[in-house]
Amino acid sequence: MSSSEELAGFALFDRLTAAQRALVAEAAREVTFTAGTRLFDEGQLASGCWLIRAGQVALETAVPGRGQVVVHTLGPGDVLGWSWLVPPHRWHFSATATGLVRAIQLETTQLLALADGDPALGYPLALGLFEVLLGRLQNTRSRLLDLYGSPRER
Amino acid sequence: MSADAVSAAVAPAGAGGETMLPVPHRVTGRLEETRDSVTLRLEPCGAALPPFAAGQFTMLCRPGVGEIAISISGDPTVADGSLTHTIRDVGAVSRALCQAQPGDVIGARGPYGTSWGLDTAVGRDLVIVAGGVGLAPVRPILLGALAARDAYRRIVLVAGARSPAELLFREQLAQWTSLPGVEVELTIDQPAADWDGAVGFVTEPLARLTLDPRQTIAFICGPEPMMRFSASVLLGQGVAAGDIRVSLERNMKCGVGLCGHCQLGPLLLCRDGPVLDYARVQSLLDVREL
Repeated sequence: MSSSEELAGFALFDRLTAAQRALVAEAAREVTFTAGTRLFDEGQLASGCWLIRAGQVALETAVPGRGQVVVHTLGPGDVLGWSWLVPPHRWHFSATATGLVRAIQLETTQLLALADGDPALGYPLALGLFEVLLGRLQNTRSRLLDLYGSPRER
Repeated sequence: MSADAVSAAVAPAGAGGETMLPVPHRVTGRLEETRDSVTLRLEPCGAALPPFAAGQFTMLCRPGVGEIAISISGDPTVADGSLTHTIRDVGAVSRALCQAQPGDVIGARGPYGTSWGLDTAVGRDLVIVAGGVGLAPVRPILLGALAARDAYRRIVLVAGARSPAELLFREQLAQWTSLPGVEVELTIDQPAADWDGAVGFVTEPLARLTLDPRQTIAFICGPEPMMRFSASVLLGQGVAAGDIRVSLERNMKCGVGLCGHCQLGPLLLCRDGPVLDYARVQSLLDVREL
């Protein structure tokens, strides 16, 4: 189990009270992954959410002719995995540790039960996840602008 | 064209010290950084231009082709009169400059514009954020700060590029990465098979930094949206707008605030910029096509 203080280091839980964080901490445990460890596979039933404390995780997908293509990497302070939250509860990408990774793993069945049972916890938690998603979306949009491309190519 | 002929074309006899007249410089070094970017080392054929400060630019010309503003990418602590510029081939003049070979003579005048004000950042944490070829104008900050390492607290470089092959100064980046006391975060926008580093927009590693906002001075250079997005992240982390400096670019022609081509609202960027603090320009950057 991770402590409530450790969770407080993640913006995801900024809106939770200390008591609510303590409840979430009961669904959390510390994990480490060595380089090359696959955290989850694209298409599999989604379960688990990871709060990365150190190291880097690559989100990737298989592209014919190119092999596994890394579409994004996540690092310390990032939240990995939200497909467990919404149907069809399947991972859209695969996730692999690119080096030694230390993370807090949230037991999402337990987390969902907590959130469903107490909207006063579920709502701020959902807002926190929404904030993570929004940041991820804005960064992806920034990449789509291809800002560094040569004017000659436009 | 011979050096003498170039000299005659760019700087009539006795005119080397005058502000608007290009001074002949010989290319003494040429390094292809990427498929479309080249770093040129220039040495004056005669009298050197005045010393430059990190962040300033010169007007470089190839006689018969034209003249453009290029930021200085070299070491501001080197006082031998040489100039180093990193140029991306994006148009007729920049292509002609990129094609210059050792021994060729090109014209340079300057240095012009405002500096990054590294001397005003003594005792602070330096957070340098670069996107694409924006790494070139911030390189003098790093070189200057490393030459006086004890004068600063943290030195952080966050640099983004489209792909690994489009990162400038790759050898030097590798050196900086291994230096104690320098934190280097590199990220690329487009996935690449030969890259095991971060994939994501430059704002992502920037957002992961744990900063002491009151001690931080940030320097940002890159495409304007990238600078706006990066500044937004820094503001969100509590860094004051007045402690965020950006290098802006418009169509600089005269370089000395006479022609007005580089106007941005009330500013002439060749004279009032290119480096400005974000508190001063934030509202201007929100105006479309200003």
